[in-house]
Amino acid sequence: MMRRPMQHRDPAWTSRWIAASIGLMLLWPLLLITEFQPARLLSPASLEEMGRFLQSFLPPRVDAEFLALLASSAWKTVAMASAGLALALVVAIPMAILTTERLSIGATEGRMHPLAKAARQLLRGIMAILRSVPELVWALMFVRVVGLGPTAGVLAIAITYSGMLGKVYAEILESGPPEACRSLIQSGAGRLQALAYGLIPQNATELISYTVYRWECAIRSSVVLGFVGAGGLGQELEQSMAMFAGGEVASILLVFIGLVALADLLSRLLRRPLESQ
Amino acid sequence: MLGLQDCSHHHPGAAEDRWALRDVSLQIAPGEQVAIIGPSGAGKTSLIHLLALAMRPTQGQLEFQGQAAWALGARQRHRLRASLLLVPQVPPLPPRQRVVTSLMATRLSQMSLLSSLISLVYPADIPAAHQALCAFDIEDKLFERVDRLSGGERQRVGLARCLMTMARIWLLDEPLSALDPVRAKSCLEVVCTEAARTQTTLVVSLHQVELALAHFPRIIGLRDGRILFDMQRSSLLPDQVSTLYSGAADHGTASAVAPVDDPWSIRPTVPLTGCR
Repeated sequence: MMRRPMQHRDPAWTSRWIAASIGLMLLWPLLLITEFQPARLLSPASLEEMGRFLQSFLPPRVDAEFLALLASSAWKTVAMASAGLALALVVAIPMAILTTERLSIGATEGRMHPLAKAARQLLRGIMAILRSVPELVWALMFVRVVGLGPTAGVLAIAITYSGMLGKVYAEILESGPPEACRSLIQSGAGRLQALAYGLIPQNATELISYTVYRWECAIRSSVVLGFVGAGGLGQELEQSMAMFAGGEVASILLVFIGLVALADLLSRLLRRPLESQ
Repeated sequence: MLGLQDCSHHHPGAAEDRWALRDVSLQIAPGEQVAIIGPSGAGKTSLIHLLALAMRPTQGQLEFQGQAAWALGARQRHRLRASLLLVPQVPPLPPRQRVVTSLMATRLSQMSLLSSLISLVYPADIPAAHQALCAFDIEDKLFERVDRLSGGERQRVGLARCLMTMARIWLLDEPLSALDPVRAKSCLEVVCTEAARTQTTLVVSLHQVELALAHFPRIIGLRDGRILFDMQRSSLLPDQVSTLYSGAADHGTASAVAPVDDPWSIRPTVPLTGCR
Protein backbone atom coordinates (compact mmCIF):
# COMPACT_ATOMS: atom_id res chain seq x y z
CA MET A 1 0.00 0.00 0.00
CA MET A 2 1.33 3.45 -0.92
CA ARG A 3 1.78 5.85 1.95
CA ARG A 4 0.52 9.34 1.31
CA PRO A 5 3.10 12.08 1.88
CA MET A 6 2.95 13.51 5.40
CA GLN A 7 0.90 16.69 5.64
CA HIS A 8 2.54 19.27 7.87
CA ARG A 9 -0.26 21.80 7.63
CA ASP A 10 -3.39 21.40 9.74
CA PRO A 11 -6.09 20.81 7.11
CA ALA A 12 -8.70 22.50 9.32
CA TRP A 13 -6.80 25.81 9.39
CA THR A 14 -8.27 27.45 6.26
CA SER A 15 -11.89 26.84 7.18
CA ARG A 16 -11.23 28.03 10.74
CA TRP A 17 -9.85 31.42 9.85
CA ILE A 18 -12.49 31.97 7.17
CA ALA A 19 -15.23 31.27 9.73
CA ALA A 20 -13.59 33.57 12.28
CA SER A 21 -13.31 36.44 9.76
CA ILE A 22 -16.92 36.06 8.66
CA GLY A 23 -17.98 36.14 12.32
CA LEU A 24 -16.06 39.36 12.93
CA MET A 25 -17.40 40.97 9.75
CA LEU A 26 -20.95 40.23 10.87
CA LEU A 27 -20.47 41.34 14.49
CA TRP A 28 -18.86 44.72 13.84
CA PRO A 29 -21.80 46.28 11.94
CA LEU A 30 -24.15 44.84 14.56
CA LEU A 31 -22.33 46.83 17.25
CA LEU A 32 -22.78 49.99 15.16
CA ILE A 33 -26.46 49.32 14.41
CA THR A 34 -27.33 48.78 18.08
CA GLU A 35 -25.59 52.06 19.00
CA PHE A 36 -23.59 50.30 21.66
CA GLN A 37 -21.57 53.12 23.27
CA PRO A 38 -20.16 51.99 26.59
CA ALA A 39 -18.37 55.33 27.04
CA ARG A 40 -21.73 56.97 27.79
CA LEU A 41 -22.00 55.00 31.01
CA LEU A 42 -18.87 56.66 32.28
CA SER A 43 -19.79 60.28 31.57
CA PRO A 44 -19.83 62.49 34.71
CA ALA A 45 -23.60 62.98 34.56
CA SER A 46 -24.30 59.26 34.41
CA LEU A 47 -21.86 58.50 37.18
CA GLU A 48 -23.46 61.08 39.45
CA GLU A 49 -26.94 59.71 38.75
CA MET A 50 -25.78 56.16 39.39
CA GLY A 51 -24.13 57.20 42.65
CA ARG A 52 -27.30 58.83 43.88
CA PHE A 53 -29.33 55.74 42.97
CA LEU A 54 -26.97 53.36 44.75
CA GLN A 55 -26.75 55.64 47.79
CA SER A 56 -30.48 55.44 48.29
CA PHE A 57 -30.07 51.64 48.72
CA LEU A 58 -28.38 52.14 52.07
CA PRO A 59 -29.30 51.04 54.60
CA PRO A 60 -31.51 48.13 53.45
CA ARG A 61 -34.84 48.03 55.28
CA VAL A 62 -34.81 45.17 57.79
CA ASP A 63 -37.60 45.86 60.31
CA ALA A 64 -39.71 42.87 61.36
CA GLU A 65 -42.87 43.98 59.60
CA PHE A 66 -41.12 44.40 56.25
CA LEU A 67 -39.18 41.17 56.65
CA ALA A 68 -42.41 39.25 57.29
CA LEU A 69 -43.87 40.78 54.14
CA LEU A 70 -40.74 39.85 52.20
CA ALA A 71 -40.82 36.28 53.47
CA SER A 72 -44.42 35.78 52.40
CA SER A 73 -43.75 37.39 48.99
CA ALA A 74 -40.60 35.32 48.50
CA TRP A 75 -42.58 32.20 49.34
CA LYS A 76 -45.22 33.21 46.77
CA THR A 77 -42.53 33.75 44.16
CA VAL A 78 -40.87 30.39 44.80
CA ALA A 79 -44.26 28.70 44.79
CA MET A 80 -45.19 30.36 41.49
CA ALA A 81 -41.90 29.32 39.92
CA SER A 82 -42.13 25.75 41.21
CA ALA A 83 -45.75 25.27 40.19
CA GLY A 84 -45.04 26.72 36.74
CA LEU A 85 -42.02 24.46 36.31
CA ALA A 86 -43.93 21.38 37.47
CA LEU A 87 -46.71 22.06 34.96
CA ALA A 88 -44.08 22.66 32.28
CA LEU A 89 -42.48 19.28 33.05
CA VAL A 90 -45.79 17.50 32.52
CA VAL A 91 -45.76 18.73 28.93
CA ALA A 92 -42.01 18.84 28.31
CA ILE A 93 -41.08 15.28 29.33
CA PRO A 94 -43.40 13.48 26.89
CA MET A 95 -42.45 15.94 24.14
CA ALA A 96 -38.75 15.34 24.76
CA ILE A 97 -39.19 11.56 24.72
CA LEU A 98 -41.19 11.73 21.50
CA THR A 99 -38.68 13.92 19.68
CA THR A 100 -35.50 12.13 20.79
CA GLU A 101 -34.22 10.25 17.75
CA ARG A 102 -32.02 7.99 19.86
CA LEU A 103 -35.21 6.34 21.09
CA SER A 104 -36.46 5.69 17.58
CA ILE A 105 -36.14 2.07 16.54
CA GLY A 106 -36.12 3.15 12.90
CA ALA A 107 -33.28 5.61 13.46
CA THR A 108 -31.32 2.92 15.32
CA GLU A 109 -31.72 0.69 12.25
CA GLY A 110 -30.45 3.57 10.13
CA ARG A 111 -33.67 4.56 8.41
CA MET A 112 -36.45 6.51 10.09
CA HIS A 113 -39.96 6.24 8.71
CA PRO A 114 -40.89 9.46 6.86
CA LEU A 115 -44.03 9.81 8.95
CA ALA A 116 -42.04 9.48 12.18
CA LYS A 117 -39.63 12.09 10.88
CA ALA A 118 -42.50 14.45 10.06
CA ALA A 119 -44.12 13.90 13.47
CA ARG A 120 -40.83 14.75 15.22
CA GLN A 121 -40.50 17.89 13.10
CA LEU A 122 -44.06 18.88 13.97
CA LEU A 123 -43.46 18.44 17.70
CA ARG A 124 -40.27 20.47 17.48
CA GLY A 125 -42.27 23.20 15.74
CA ILE A 126 -44.89 23.17 18.50
CA MET A 127 -42.18 23.51 21.16
CA ALA A 128 -40.65 26.39 19.22
CA ILE A 129 -44.00 28.19 19.19
CA LEU A 130 -44.50 27.58 22.92
CA ARG A 131 -41.18 29.13 23.83
CA SER A 132 -40.99 31.86 21.22
CA VAL A 133 -43.61 34.02 22.98
CA PRO A 134 -41.93 35.46 26.11
CA GLU A 135 -43.55 34.58 29.43
CA LEU A 136 -44.18 38.28 30.04
CA VAL A 137 -46.48 38.42 27.01
CA TRP A 138 -48.29 35.24 28.06
CA ALA A 139 -48.69 36.74 31.55
CA LEU A 140 -50.20 39.96 30.18
CA MET A 141 -52.72 37.86 28.26
CA PHE A 142 -53.54 35.62 31.21
CA VAL A 143 -53.91 38.56 33.59
CA ARG A 144 -56.79 39.65 31.33
CA VAL A 145 -58.30 36.16 31.31
CA VAL A 146 -57.88 34.94 34.90
CA GLY A 147 -57.34 38.28 36.56
CA LEU A 148 -54.50 39.60 38.72
CA GLY A 149 -52.63 37.08 40.87
CA PRO A 150 -50.21 34.16 40.72
CA THR A 151 -52.39 31.97 38.45
CA ALA A 152 -51.50 34.10 35.43
CA GLY A 153 -47.81 33.84 36.34
CA VAL A 154 -47.91 30.07 36.81
CA LEU A 155 -49.60 29.55 33.44
CA ALA A 156 -47.22 31.90 31.66
CA ILE A 157 -44.17 30.11 33.06
CA ALA A 158 -45.66 26.69 32.34
CA ILE A 159 -46.25 27.44 28.67
CA THR A 160 -42.92 29.06 27.85
CA TYR A 161 -40.87 26.63 29.91
CA SER A 162 -42.50 23.53 28.49
CA GLY A 163 -41.15 24.54 25.09
CA MET A 164 -37.67 25.28 26.44
CA LEU A 165 -37.39 22.21 28.65
CA GLY A 166 -38.72 19.86 25.96
CA LYS A 167 -36.24 21.11 23.39
CA VAL A 168 -33.22 21.08 25.67
CA TYR A 169 -34.07 17.73 27.30
CA ALA A 170 -34.24 16.17 23.84
CA GLU A 171 -30.91 17.76 22.97
CA ILE A 172 -29.29 16.54 26.18
CA LEU A 173 -30.57 13.02 25.53
CA GLU A 174 -29.10 13.17 22.01
CA SER A 175 -25.76 14.56 23.10
CA GLY A 176 -24.04 11.81 25.13
CA PRO A 177 -22.42 8.68 23.70
CA PRO A 178 -25.15 6.76 21.85
CA GLU A 179 -23.92 3.21 22.46
CA ALA A 180 -25.72 2.31 25.71
CA CYS A 181 -29.18 3.19 24.44
CA ARG A 182 -28.52 1.76 20.99
CA SER A 183 -27.35 -1.54 22.38
CA LEU A 184 -30.47 -1.89 24.52
CA ILE A 185 -32.69 -1.29 21.51
CA GLN A 186 -30.59 -3.70 19.46
CA SER A 187 -31.31 -6.41 22.00
CA GLY A 188 -35.03 -5.85 21.76
CA ALA A 189 -35.75 -3.36 24.57
CA GLY A 190 -38.66 -0.97 24.18
CA ARG A 191 -38.24 2.79 23.83
CA LEU A 192 -39.18 3.68 27.38
CA GLN A 193 -37.03 0.85 28.72
CA ALA A 194 -34.09 2.15 26.70
CA LEU A 195 -34.79 5.59 28.16
CA ALA A 196 -34.86 4.33 31.75
CA TYR A 197 -31.88 1.97 31.48
CA GLY A 198 -29.73 3.78 28.91
CA LEU A 199 -30.34 7.46 28.30
CA ILE A 200 -31.32 8.67 31.77
CA PRO A 201 -28.42 7.11 33.69
CA GLN A 202 -26.12 8.34 30.94
CA ASN A 203 -27.32 11.94 31.12
CA ALA A 204 -28.65 12.28 34.67
CA THR A 205 -26.34 15.06 35.89
CA GLU A 206 -26.96 17.22 32.83
CA LEU A 207 -30.72 16.75 33.12
CA ILE A 208 -30.68 17.64 36.82
CA SER A 209 -28.47 20.66 36.47
CA TYR A 210 -30.51 22.01 33.56
CA THR A 211 -33.78 21.48 35.44
CA VAL A 212 -32.53 23.24 38.59
CA TYR A 213 -31.10 26.04 36.46
CA ARG A 214 -34.49 26.47 34.80
CA TRP A 215 -36.10 26.58 38.25
CA GLU A 216 -33.72 29.40 39.09
CA CYS A 217 -34.70 31.15 35.84
CA ALA A 218 -38.37 30.61 36.70
CA ILE A 219 -37.82 32.38 40.02
CA ARG A 220 -36.34 35.34 38.16
CA SER A 221 -39.17 35.21 35.63
CA SER A 222 -41.81 35.23 38.31
CA VAL A 223 -40.21 38.38 39.70
CA VAL A 224 -40.63 40.06 36.34
CA LEU A 225 -44.17 38.72 36.10
CA GLY A 226 -44.90 40.32 39.46
CA PHE A 227 -44.43 43.67 37.73
CA VAL A 228 -47.47 42.99 35.56
CA GLY A 229 -49.64 41.93 38.48
CA ALA A 230 -48.80 38.29 39.09
CA GLY A 231 -47.94 38.95 42.74
CA GLY A 232 -44.93 37.90 44.80
CA LEU A 233 -41.59 39.63 45.17
CA GLY A 234 -41.86 41.33 41.78
CA GLN A 235 -44.94 43.22 42.84
CA GLU A 236 -43.20 44.39 46.03
CA LEU A 237 -40.19 45.46 43.99
CA GLU A 238 -42.34 47.42 41.60
CA GLN A 239 -44.12 49.26 44.42
CA SER A 240 -40.88 50.02 46.28
CA MET A 241 -39.28 51.37 43.12
CA ALA A 242 -42.31 53.49 42.34
CA MET A 243 -42.01 55.01 45.81
CA PHE A 244 -38.24 55.50 45.47
CA ALA A 245 -37.80 53.41 48.64
CA GLY A 246 -34.17 52.45 48.00
CA GLY A 247 -33.78 50.56 51.26
CA GLU A 248 -36.67 48.28 50.41
CA VAL A 249 -35.34 47.69 46.88
CA ALA A 250 -31.98 46.72 48.37
CA SER A 251 -33.58 44.21 50.76
CA ILE A 252 -35.62 42.67 47.94
CA LEU A 253 -32.52 42.37 45.72
CA LEU A 254 -30.70 40.64 48.58
CA VAL A 255 -33.53 38.12 48.77
CA PHE A 256 -33.10 37.43 45.01
CA ILE A 257 -29.42 36.79 45.52
CA GLY A 258 -30.26 34.43 48.37
CA LEU A 259 -32.74 32.51 46.21
CA VAL A 260 -30.27 32.09 43.36
CA ALA A 261 -27.61 30.91 45.80
CA LEU A 262 -30.14 28.42 47.16
CA ALA A 263 -30.81 27.06 43.66
CA ASP A 264 -27.09 26.72 43.09
CA LEU A 265 -26.67 24.80 46.35
CA LEU A 266 -29.59 22.54 45.52
CA SER A 267 -28.12 21.73 42.12
CA ARG A 268 -24.80 20.81 43.66
CA LEU A 269 -26.41 18.64 46.35
CA LEU A 270 -28.47 16.77 43.78
CA ARG A 271 -25.57 16.23 41.40
CA ARG A 272 -22.99 15.12 43.93
CA PRO A 273 -24.08 11.50 44.37
CA LEU A 274 -24.25 11.07 40.58
CA GLU A 275 -20.88 12.54 39.68
CA SER A 276 -18.15 10.27 38.39
CA GLN A 277 -15.37 9.60 40.85
CA MET B 1 -31.18 -20.50 12.10
CA LEU B 2 -29.25 -17.54 10.74
CA GLY B 3 -28.61 -17.16 7.04
CA LEU B 4 -27.03 -14.61 4.76
CA GLN B 5 -27.45 -14.82 0.99
CA ASP B 6 -25.10 -12.69 -1.13
CA CYS B 7 -25.09 -9.95 1.47
CA SER B 8 -23.09 -6.81 0.92
CA HIS B 9 -22.89 -3.87 3.23
CA HIS B 10 -21.80 -0.34 2.55
CA HIS B 11 -21.64 2.05 5.49
CA PRO B 12 -23.49 5.28 4.80
CA GLY B 13 -20.95 8.02 4.34
CA ALA B 14 -18.10 5.67 3.39
CA ALA B 15 -16.37 6.05 0.04
CA GLU B 16 -18.30 4.71 -2.95
CA ASP B 17 -16.05 1.67 -3.50
CA ARG B 18 -15.47 0.86 0.18
CA TRP B 19 -17.62 -2.13 0.97
CA ALA B 20 -17.61 -3.31 4.57
CA LEU B 21 -18.90 -6.69 3.41
CA ARG B 22 -19.05 -8.08 -0.13
CA ASP B 23 -21.20 -11.01 -1.32
CA VAL B 24 -21.23 -12.85 1.97
CA SER B 25 -23.27 -16.05 2.12
CA LEU B 26 -23.44 -18.35 5.10
CA GLN B 27 -25.78 -20.51 7.14
CA ILE B 28 -25.55 -20.99 10.87
CA ALA B 29 -27.61 -23.79 12.37
CA PRO B 30 -29.29 -23.51 15.78
CA GLY B 31 -26.86 -24.37 18.57
CA GLU B 32 -23.83 -24.05 16.33
CA GLN B 33 -20.69 -22.33 17.64
CA VAL B 34 -18.80 -20.25 15.10
CA ALA B 35 -15.70 -18.08 15.37
CA ILE B 36 -15.04 -15.28 12.92
CA ILE B 37 -11.37 -14.42 12.48
CA GLY B 38 -9.57 -11.99 10.23
CA PRO B 39 -7.34 -8.92 10.26
CA SER B 40 -8.57 -5.58 11.58
CA GLY B 41 -10.92 -3.89 9.15
CA ALA B 42 -11.90 -7.20 7.57
CA GLY B 43 -15.57 -6.64 8.36
CA LYS B 44 -15.94 -8.84 11.46
CA THR B 45 -17.93 -6.23 13.38
CA SER B 46 -20.11 -5.49 10.34
CA LEU B 47 -20.87 -9.18 9.93
CA ILE B 48 -21.81 -9.53 13.61
CA HIS B 49 -24.03 -6.45 13.39
CA LEU B 50 -25.67 -7.74 10.23
CA LEU B 51 -26.48 -11.05 11.92
CA ALA B 52 -27.82 -9.14 14.94
CA LEU B 53 -30.34 -7.19 12.82
CA ALA B 54 -28.53 -4.06 13.93
CA MET B 55 -27.80 -2.98 10.35
CA ARG B 56 -29.75 -3.50 7.19
CA PRO B 57 -27.64 -5.17 4.48
CA THR B 58 -27.21 -2.84 1.50
CA GLN B 59 -27.73 -5.82 -0.79
CA GLY B 60 -28.71 -9.44 -0.31
CA GLN B 61 -31.06 -11.47 1.84
CA LEU B 62 -30.88 -12.09 5.55
CA GLU B 63 -32.79 -14.89 7.16
CA PHE B 64 -33.34 -14.81 10.91
CA GLN B 65 -34.99 -17.88 12.41
CA GLY B 66 -36.54 -18.72 9.08
CA GLN B 67 -37.86 -15.21 8.45
CA ALA B 68 -36.69 -12.60 6.00
CA ALA B 69 -36.20 -10.11 8.81
CA TRP B 70 -35.84 -6.97 6.70
CA ALA B 71 -39.00 -7.73 4.76
CA LEU B 72 -41.01 -7.65 7.99
CA GLY B 73 -42.57 -4.59 9.55
CA ALA B 74 -40.42 -2.66 12.03
CA ARG B 75 -42.49 -3.87 14.96
CA GLN B 76 -42.23 -7.57 14.08
CA ARG B 77 -38.52 -7.22 13.38
CA HIS B 78 -38.02 -5.57 16.73
CA ARG B 79 -39.77 -8.50 18.38
CA LEU B 80 -37.23 -10.83 16.75
CA ARG B 81 -34.45 -8.93 18.51
CA ALA B 82 -35.67 -10.28 21.83
CA SER B 83 -34.30 -13.67 20.78
CA LEU B 84 -30.72 -12.43 20.34
CA LEU B 85 -28.05 -10.91 22.53
CA LEU B 86 -25.47 -8.65 20.92
CA VAL B 87 -22.39 -7.96 23.04
CA PRO B 88 -20.35 -5.15 21.48
CA GLN B 89 -16.59 -5.01 21.88
CA VAL B 90 -16.75 -2.12 24.32
CA PRO B 91 -19.70 -2.97 26.58
CA PRO B 92 -21.91 0.10 26.40
CA LEU B 93 -22.72 0.44 30.08
CA PRO B 94 -23.98 3.85 31.22
CA PRO B 95 -21.25 5.12 33.57
CA ARG B 96 -23.44 5.90 36.57
CA GLN B 97 -25.38 2.66 36.45
CA ARG B 98 -24.70 -0.13 38.92
CA VAL B 99 -23.50 -3.49 37.64
CA VAL B 100 -26.63 -5.24 38.87
CA THR B 101 -28.84 -2.83 36.89
CA SER B 102 -26.73 -3.24 33.77
CA LEU B 103 -27.18 -6.98 34.06
CA MET B 104 -30.93 -6.70 34.61
CA ALA B 105 -31.05 -4.55 31.46
CA THR B 106 -30.22 -7.70 29.49
CA ARG B 107 -33.69 -9.03 30.27
CA LEU B 108 -35.60 -5.89 29.26
CA SER B 109 -37.08 -7.47 26.15
CA GLN B 110 -38.65 -10.15 28.35
CA MET B 111 -39.94 -7.70 30.96
CA SER B 112 -42.98 -5.47 30.94
CA LEU B 113 -42.38 -1.74 31.19
CA LEU B 114 -43.77 -1.70 34.71
CA SER B 115 -41.63 -4.54 36.03
CA SER B 116 -38.55 -3.05 34.36
CA LEU B 117 -39.22 0.26 36.13
CA ILE B 118 -39.74 -1.54 39.44
CA SER B 119 -36.46 -3.33 38.85
CA LEU B 120 -34.76 0.07 38.73
CA VAL B 121 -35.96 0.66 42.28
CA TYR B 122 -35.18 -2.83 43.51
CA PRO B 123 -33.31 -5.24 41.17
CA ALA B 124 -35.68 -8.01 40.10
CA ASP B 125 -33.29 -10.96 40.18
CA ILE B 126 -30.25 -10.33 42.36
CA PRO B 127 -29.37 -14.04 42.72
CA ALA B 128 -29.18 -14.51 38.92
CA ALA B 129 -26.99 -11.43 38.54
CA HIS B 130 -24.73 -12.64 41.34
CA GLN B 131 -24.43 -16.07 39.78
CA ALA B 132 -23.63 -14.59 36.36
CA LEU B 133 -20.84 -12.52 37.87
CA CYS B 134 -19.51 -15.52 39.83
CA ALA B 135 -18.88 -17.34 36.55
CA PHE B 136 -16.53 -14.55 35.54
CA ASP B 137 -14.99 -14.08 38.95
CA ILE B 138 -16.28 -10.54 39.58
CA GLU B 139 -19.18 -11.20 41.94
CA ASP B 140 -17.77 -8.61 44.37
CA LYS B 141 -18.70 -5.91 41.84
CA LEU B 142 -22.43 -6.65 41.91
CA PHE B 143 -23.46 -3.35 43.49
CA GLU B 144 -20.50 -1.33 42.22
CA ARG B 145 -21.03 1.53 39.81
CA VAL B 146 -19.92 0.72 36.27
CA ASP B 147 -17.56 3.70 36.07
CA ARG B 148 -15.58 2.29 39.03
CA LEU B 149 -14.65 -0.83 37.02
CA SER B 150 -11.50 -1.43 35.01
CA GLY B 151 -11.71 -2.11 31.27
CA GLY B 152 -11.31 -5.84 31.79
CA GLU B 153 -13.96 -5.93 34.52
CA ARG B 154 -16.36 -4.05 32.27
CA GLN B 155 -15.79 -6.51 29.49
CA ARG B 156 -16.50 -9.37 31.88
CA VAL B 157 -19.73 -7.67 32.97
CA GLY B 158 -20.58 -7.57 29.26
CA LEU B 159 -19.90 -11.30 29.03
CA ALA B 160 -21.91 -11.98 32.18
CA ARG B 161 -24.92 -10.65 30.26
CA CYS B 162 -24.81 -13.94 28.32
CA LEU B 163 -25.72 -15.76 31.52
CA MET B 164 -28.57 -13.35 32.24
CA THR B 165 -30.35 -13.39 28.93
CA MET B 166 -33.11 -15.70 27.82
CA ALA B 167 -32.05 -15.15 24.21
CA ARG B 168 -30.73 -18.25 22.46
CA ILE B 169 -28.58 -16.47 19.90
CA TRP B 170 -25.47 -14.78 21.21
CA LEU B 171 -23.40 -12.53 18.97
CA LEU B 172 -20.15 -11.43 20.60
CA ASP B 173 -17.87 -8.88 18.96
CA GLU B 174 -14.28 -9.33 20.09
CA PRO B 175 -15.34 -10.07 23.66
CA LEU B 176 -11.81 -10.74 24.94
CA SER B 177 -9.98 -7.64 23.70
CA ALA B 178 -9.44 -6.15 27.19
CA LEU B 179 -8.58 -9.40 29.00
CA ASP B 180 -5.21 -10.98 29.75
CA PRO B 181 -4.53 -14.32 27.99
CA VAL B 182 -5.34 -16.53 30.99
CA ARG B 183 -8.53 -14.66 31.79
CA ALA B 184 -9.52 -14.57 28.12
CA LYS B 185 -9.28 -18.33 27.86
CA SER B 186 -11.30 -19.04 31.00
CA CYS B 187 -13.98 -16.50 30.08
CA LEU B 188 -14.35 -17.94 26.61
CA GLU B 189 -14.66 -21.40 28.11
CA VAL B 190 -17.49 -20.23 30.37
CA VAL B 191 -19.34 -18.72 27.42
CA CYS B 192 -18.86 -21.77 25.19
CA THR B 193 -19.86 -24.23 27.91
CA GLU B 194 -22.96 -22.25 28.81
CA ALA B 195 -23.93 -21.87 25.15
CA ALA B 196 -23.57 -25.62 24.63
CA ARG B 197 -25.58 -26.38 27.77
CA THR B 198 -28.45 -24.13 26.70
CA GLN B 199 -28.18 -25.06 22.99
CA THR B 200 -27.52 -21.45 22.14
CA THR B 201 -26.23 -20.36 18.77
CA LEU B 202 -22.92 -18.64 19.41
CA VAL B 203 -21.09 -16.41 16.95
CA VAL B 204 -17.91 -14.77 18.22
CA SER B 205 -15.45 -12.57 16.37
CA LEU B 206 -11.93 -13.00 17.72
CA HIS B 207 -8.45 -11.67 17.23
CA GLN B 208 -6.96 -14.57 19.15
CA VAL B 209 -6.62 -17.19 16.40
CA GLU B 210 -5.36 -19.81 18.83
CA LEU B 211 -8.42 -19.44 21.07
CA ALA B 212 -10.74 -19.60 18.07
CA LEU B 213 -9.09 -22.81 16.91
CA ALA B 214 -9.14 -24.30 20.39
CA HIS B 215 -12.76 -23.62 21.21
CA PHE B 216 -14.81 -23.43 18.03
CA PRO B 217 -15.64 -26.31 15.73
CA ARG B 218 -16.34 -23.95 12.83
CA ILE B 219 -14.12 -21.08 11.72
CA ILE B 220 -14.97 -18.32 9.27
CA GLY B 221 -12.03 -16.36 7.86
CA LEU B 222 -12.91 -12.85 6.75
CA ARG B 223 -10.71 -10.51 4.80
CA ASP B 224 -11.51 -7.26 2.98
CA GLY B 225 -15.20 -7.88 3.52
CA ARG B 226 -15.21 -11.29 1.86
CA ILE B 227 -15.30 -14.79 3.27
CA LEU B 228 -11.92 -16.36 2.56
CA PHE B 229 -12.82 -19.68 4.14
CA ASP B 230 -15.69 -21.13 6.13
CA MET B 231 -14.91 -24.62 7.33
CA GLN B 232 -14.65 -27.08 10.15
CA ARG B 233 -11.64 -26.59 12.35
CA SER B 234 -10.40 -30.10 11.54
CA SER B 235 -10.06 -29.41 7.84
CA LEU B 236 -8.50 -25.97 8.21
CA LEU B 237 -4.89 -25.80 7.00
CA PRO B 238 -2.19 -23.58 8.53
CA ASP B 239 -1.63 -22.07 5.08
CA GLN B 240 -5.14 -20.76 4.96
CA VAL B 241 -4.72 -18.93 8.26
CA SER B 242 -1.45 -17.37 7.19
CA THR B 243 -2.99 -16.27 3.89
CA LEU B 244 -5.80 -14.65 5.89
CA TYR B 245 -3.36 -12.44 7.73
CA SER B 246 -0.56 -12.08 5.16
CA GLY B 247 0.35 -8.49 4.49
CA ALA B 248 -2.16 -7.46 7.11
CA ALA B 249 0.44 -5.24 8.77
CA ASP B 250 0.05 -2.88 5.80
CA HIS B 251 -3.44 -2.22 7.03
CA GLY B 252 -2.05 -1.01 10.30
CA THR B 253 -2.50 -4.00 12.57
CA ALA B 254 0.31 -5.51 14.54
CA SER B 255 -1.61 -7.93 16.70
CA ALA B 256 -2.78 -10.01 13.80
CA VAL B 257 0.64 -10.69 12.33
CA ALA B 258 1.65 -13.41 14.74
CA PRO B 259 0.24 -16.39 12.87
CA VAL B 260 2.10 -15.61 9.64
CA ASP B 261 5.30 -17.57 10.28
CA ASP B 262 4.00 -20.74 11.78
CA PRO B 263 0.43 -20.55 12.92
CA TRP B 264 0.39 -23.97 14.55
CA SER B 265 3.29 -23.10 16.83
CA ILE B 266 1.01 -20.86 18.85
CA ARG B 267 -1.53 -23.57 19.34
CA PRO B 268 -2.43 -23.59 23.01
CA THR B 269 -1.39 -26.45 25.26
CA VAL B 270 -4.99 -27.36 26.04
CA PRO B 271 -6.37 -30.20 23.93
CA LEU B 272 -8.61 -29.13 21.08
CA THR B 273 -11.77 -30.52 22.58
CA GLY B 274 -13.86 -27.44 22.04
CA CYS B 275 -17.08 -26.81 23.82
CA ARG B 276 -19.15 -29.66 22.58
